[in-house]
Amino acid sequence: MGELKLMKGNEALAEAAIRAGADAYFGYPITPQSEVIEYLMAEKPHERTGMVVLQAESEVAAINMVYGAAGAGKRVMTSSSSPGISLKQEGLSYMAGAELPCVYANVVRGGPGLGTIQPSQADYFQSTKGGGHGDYRQIVLAPASVQEMSDFVKLGFDLAFKYRTPVLILSDGVIGQMMEKVELFDQMPRLKDEEIAENFEWATTGRKKGTERTIITSLALQAHEMEAHNLHLQAKYKTISENEVRFETFDCEDAEYIIVAYGSSARIAQKTVQIARKKGIKVGLFRLISLYPFPSADLQKLCKQGVKGFLAVEMSAGQMVEDVMLAVKGCAKVEHFGRFGGIIHTPEEVLKALEQKIIGG
Amino acid sequence: MTEELIIAGFGGQGVLSMGKILAYSGIMQEQEVSWMPSYGPEMRGGTANVIVIVSDERISSPILTIFDTAIILNQQSMDKFEKSVRPGGVLIYDPNGITRHPERTDINIYQVEGARLASEMGNAKIFNMVILGAYLKVKPIVKLDNVIKGLMKSLPVRYHKLIPLNEDAITMGMKNVVDKNIVN
Repeated sequence: MGELKLMKGNEALAEAAIRAGADAYFGYPITPQSEVIEYLMAEKPHERTGMVVLQAESEVAAINMVYGAAGAGKRVMTSSSSPGISLKQEGLSYMAGAELPCVYANVVRGGPGLGTIQPSQADYFQSTKGGGHGDYRQIVLAPASVQEMSDFVKLGFDLAFKYRTPVLILSDGVIGQMMEKVELFDQMPRLKDEEIAENFEWATTGRKKGTERTIITSLALQAHEMEAHNLHLQAKYKTISENEVRFETFDCEDAEYIIVAYGSSARIAQKTVQIARKKGIKVGLFRLISLYPFPSADLQKLCKQGVKGFLAVEMSAGQMVEDVMLAVKGCAKVEHFGRFGGIIHTPEEVLKALEQKIIGG
Repeated sequence: MTEELIIAGFGGQGVLSMGKILAYSGIMQEQEVSWMPSYGPEMRGGTANVIVIVSDERISSPILTIFDTAIILNQQSMDKFEKSVRPGGVLIYDPNGITRHPERTDINIYQVEGARLASEMGNAKIFNMVILGAYLKVKPIVKLDNVIKGLMKSLPVRYHKLIPLNEDAITMGMKNVVDKNIVN
């Protein structure tokens, strides 16, 4: 068993970056995510593993530092909260285009604009439908516990390098600020420069005699070249959507109604399921772990088993609900419930919405 | 066993660290724990509260509106959380700084003079440990030696010399908690 600690989600994310053998973290502080860079600065990872931690002059600078380090084949990470993540979108689109791996975390707060510092899940569209410009996708993992804030960093780096893509850990102020028991995984070694050169032929590690130049770019002025590149990207996204769907279910076996939720809303909805089951309501929870790829086929399967209605619960005005509707294709009723703008819904409010919008509606 | 608790008072009273020590104590006896602070503009001064859950099972929502126990340390929190205790649940409060005492008759009410006892012991900072002692007397959900282990884990090493004082404060709280249901 690994080391047990009581940690905030943000701290667990930071510690996991060190343990996952990250070479660098570039960031810029913003509430409710600042503990990530605070923890990294206090922990002095350059003394533990040689990892570089740098507070950039802005979020835009941070993401471009990530681009540069990733181009050299390094394991590199950044994090921010909603307004800061918006600033990073240009860099992320470039990374998707140039097929560079990175892990980044968004500890979401209420928006739009500067919004508020309290938790929210209103960045779902930005996270799953692009965010930056162009036809690209990124893997989105949604932790629902402090443990997963740690575990998904390791998983995120694995997936980022497997598919050469940015991977987003989509958290929120609840998961970032709460403390829970976390079992930390053992320290992984950082790759040596020779290992990077050997493993990642695409990385800019210095041209060797008799080999072609390695060029990292998202630019192709000839449209037919760009179309070919896009077809290659789409083929990759298809592979990802076939292989990287992740979710878990609670009490779905005999459920007549299903709550679909992710992150902190899934934790709240799990309590709703417990309360509802005591009242004799046959409800289950379908918790999304990967938001992209979205588990459409598995939701469709539940629908065909005879589920009468789905309630999409998210701290937004209704974003994920659209993907639930697309997944079940009208086979059952789909409604949305959520508080937003920094307000967190309670298990009792979710139950009331289930009773009014799905069961009674 | 699942205990769903809210601790509420002013910033600076040690509300958050008391919750943290309790959570660490739970980990020491292999239980699941969650610690969810009030988070918002209030963290920049004013009232502070934390929801702590200690359970033998996986914890669902870390955010709750109804509690098994409420520990209330100022009037604002009394106004806000007296009504949030489950019928049959427990409310523990410090009468110092309270202008309106709790009035519910369907819950068990206890009183501890944490502020007075801590200042009599010569260190106002151990207030939260006196309160913790009172709570553990009423609800012995974690063993005292696990609390000490929790303290060692959550306090920086340079403060470990203060652990005996903290232990005395917990004992003081345990001895001085008053069952208001009997007194009334």
